[in-house]
Amino acid sequence: MSTYAQKKGVGAVIWDYLTTVDHKKIAILYLIAGGFFFILGGLEAMVIRIQLAIPDNNFVSAGFYNEVLTMHGTTMIFLAAMPLLFAFMNAIVPLQIGARDVAFPFLNSLGFWLFFFGGVFLNLSWFLGGAPDAGWTSYASLSLASEGHGIDFYALGLQISGAGTLIAGINFLVTIINMRAPGMTYMRMPLFTWTTFVASALILFAFPALTVGLFFMMFDRLFGSNFFDHTMGGNTVIWEHLFWIFGHPEVYILVLPAFGIFSDIISTFSRKRLFGYSSMVFATVLIGFLGFMVWAHHMFTTGLGPIANAIFAVATMAIAVPTGIKIFNWLFTMWGGSIKFTTPMMYAVAFVPSFVAGGVTGVMLAVAAADYQYHDTYFVVAHFHYVIIGGVVLSLLAGTHYYWPKMFGTMLDEFLGKITFWLFLIGFHLTFFIQHFLGLMGMPRRIFTFLPNQGLEIGNLVSTIGAFFMAVAVIVLLWNIVITSVKNVKVGNDPWGDGRTLEWAISSPPPFYNFKQLPLVRGLDAYWIEKMEGKKEMTPAEPLGDIHMPNSSFIPFMISLGLFIAAFGAMYRVDYAWGLPVLVVGMAITLLSMLVRSIKDDHGFHIHKEDLIDDKDKGGKA
Amino acid sequence: MHAEEKMTNETWPASPEKATLEAKNKFLGFWFFLGGETVLFASLFATYLALKDKVPTGDHYLAKDLFEMPLVFLMTMLLLTSSLTSVYAMYHMKNFAFKKMQLWLGITVLLGLTFLGLEIYEFNHYVHEYNHTFTSSAFGSAFYTLVGFHGAHVAFGLLWIISLMIRNAKRGLSLYNAPKFYVASLYWHFIDVVWVFIFTVVYLMGMVG
Repeated sequence: MSTYAQKKGVGAVIWDYLTTVDHKKIAILYLIAGGFFFILGGLEAMVIRIQLAIPDNNFVSAGFYNEVLTMHGTTMIFLAAMPLLFAFMNAIVPLQIGARDVAFPFLNSLGFWLFFFGGVFLNLSWFLGGAPDAGWTSYASLSLASEGHGIDFYALGLQISGAGTLIAGINFLVTIINMRAPGMTYMRMPLFTWTTFVASALILFAFPALTVGLFFMMFDRLFGSNFFDHTMGGNTVIWEHLFWIFGHPEVYILVLPAFGIFSDIISTFSRKRLFGYSSMVFATVLIGFLGFMVWAHHMFTTGLGPIANAIFAVATMAIAVPTGIKIFNWLFTMWGGSIKFTTPMMYAVAFVPSFVAGGVTGVMLAVAAADYQYHDTYFVVAHFHYVIIGGVVLSLLAGTHYYWPKMFGTMLDEFLGKITFWLFLIGFHLTFFIQHFLGLMGMPRRIFTFLPNQGLEIGNLVSTIGAFFMAVAVIVLLWNIVITSVKNVKVGNDPWGDGRTLEWAISSPPPFYNFKQLPLVRGLDAYWIEKMEGKKEMTPAEPLGDIHMPNSSFIPFMISLGLFIAAFGAMYRVDYAWGLPVLVVGMAITLLSMLVRSIKDDHGFHIHKEDLIDDKDKGGKA
Repeated sequence: MHAEEKMTNETWPASPEKATLEAKNKFLGFWFFLGGETVLFASLFATYLALKDKVPTGDHYLAKDLFEMPLVFLMTMLLLTSSLTSVYAMYHMKNFAFKKMQLWLGITVLLGLTFLGLEIYEFNHYVHEYNHTFTSSAFGSAFYTLVGFHGAHVAFGLLWIISLMIRNAKRGLSLYNAPKFYVASLYWHFIDVVWVFIFTVVYLMGMVG
């Protein structure tokens, strides 16, 4: 047992997590919070599918359906998919590049708490007069007409959690540029690190557009401005532009890290170097760049004119090229490999055709003239669920199984994992494949019911049955997590036996200071190189020395709490006199916490090398 | 080099803002942050251009009726000068001349405060003389949001620089606080650059119609 790890009481553990700045613990916080919101969003999806199981159903009212639909989309994108990806980025990327921690441990914690409080704020709308009901895109003409405070919860909640995301993005950019271990050049970085890097750049340049859009929305609804009100000279299309300038890169913010996770899994379990590594990097960067050039393909029917539509259509189709490069590289990595069908690998193999299907419908939708037919039908719903579930969610499930031992030191059960996989994959295709045809038959999206005898009954029923398969799959996964945690069989550094990258060269879970001595990286797949030369561990790049560590801090929690309180004040200011003082108090808490952070020196502390020497087994593998 | 080391004129490095790993991270991270801020202001500028002179009825004042060159020119000069004085401050910071740095930062703050005072006067003037308010038209909303976001950045920058000056008044420069001064001055330059665009896009282009 290390001198630094002692048994603690429950209160001490909670306090530890409230104040932690350790990227591995923050990863666990993201995993728990993101997992919670994923289940919440999944329950909302079940309500949608039950309501649409049969024609003329009255399981929920039309108004409640709109709220459930809006919250399903918003929760899944902002509060489930992104935080779960952040969980793996936090847990793995610093290890993959051989870093002690992220560049800004304090900001890492702040990013998490902002996301958390934003998400809680958004979901409190259920209990405080109704959730937002204008769709996850919240188009301005509709959302300005929405009564109650639902849309205000949306604008303020996303504003707070969006600030957290932006902070996390900057943090990963600097971490990857400045904190790489000796020898870890850019072109030796694992693909998950590369995709995290590009996705972080997208976050940096995409989220401020959403920030501005949400400010306008908040000002229009709560402070009397007229950005979107055409009777006062405003223009509702501005929201559409700002939302999609953010919204389209957001798709790649989600799917690029998913590509990264699958790239690592495929090369690990094909036991081959990733085919076409440099073209993979090139394709990632190109997708990131093109991702900013295509936002208006969401607005083909807005009426921007044929020239704008044509340009955006061609730009959109161009993205298929780098994506195609990736698809072939994955196939060629598997080709001739000695494939081991573990649970993560099964997800990876299933991902390739599922995502291709989503990509094909994407190119169909990019044809602007044809899009007039597809627009706002279930064809679009089917398309983006193939991309988001077939790409992102499969990668999250794969990553959960793949990285679980590294995060928690114990392996999820493979048999249950495969049951989850098959149930989920079958359920996914059952739910969404048929929706392509429902859409082509003319079923509009976002409607709370449909009429009988229009040929839509069977398709909808099949779709609902599929959704139950996915729900059962998630329950099996939760059961797997419970029994795995109870058994808690500890595993070694490289539990899959085929680890190629640096995270598998360190104990599971790693000690809180990560590598005791920074490892020397001698090429792509650094750990694999050492293993092929018969070594069991990395060669250290430095002598054993003191390790500088950051102090824990409660301030991130307070900064986020202040904004959370201020948001209530801003919202209820229009109804009650107490709103304004609450707004002021909330902002004061935030600004004073920032001031305290600024004026209180925080030098961190050192772990002395004498304490590290007798800590042989833990961080000693590098 | 460590952040806690006691520095002298001889040991003070050439680039104290990048001398430690923490400082390097802060330096790079802040540049990225400014990249994000650029997108934020670009969105605000685009919205302003879309909503310029968009008013509900003919009796509203438009950009060409509102803006007056002398005041805006004075504000521009004040802010440009404050950027220069903050450069002097950083020059002295790099030469380990703490007192001189504080002096030039103090002048920067005074210039910034004057700018902010004039901006408040300007807004007040539009509201009371021309009935051009945040809620009177889409033009008003876009104008006050763009220029107001800039003004809020100035106010935040002033609070930030003042906090740093007071906090470090008694203890002088170290490798711990040098990067803090440096990124605050970067922030100040950024605000200045944004103002140059506001001066051009809002005021100059506004006056020619």
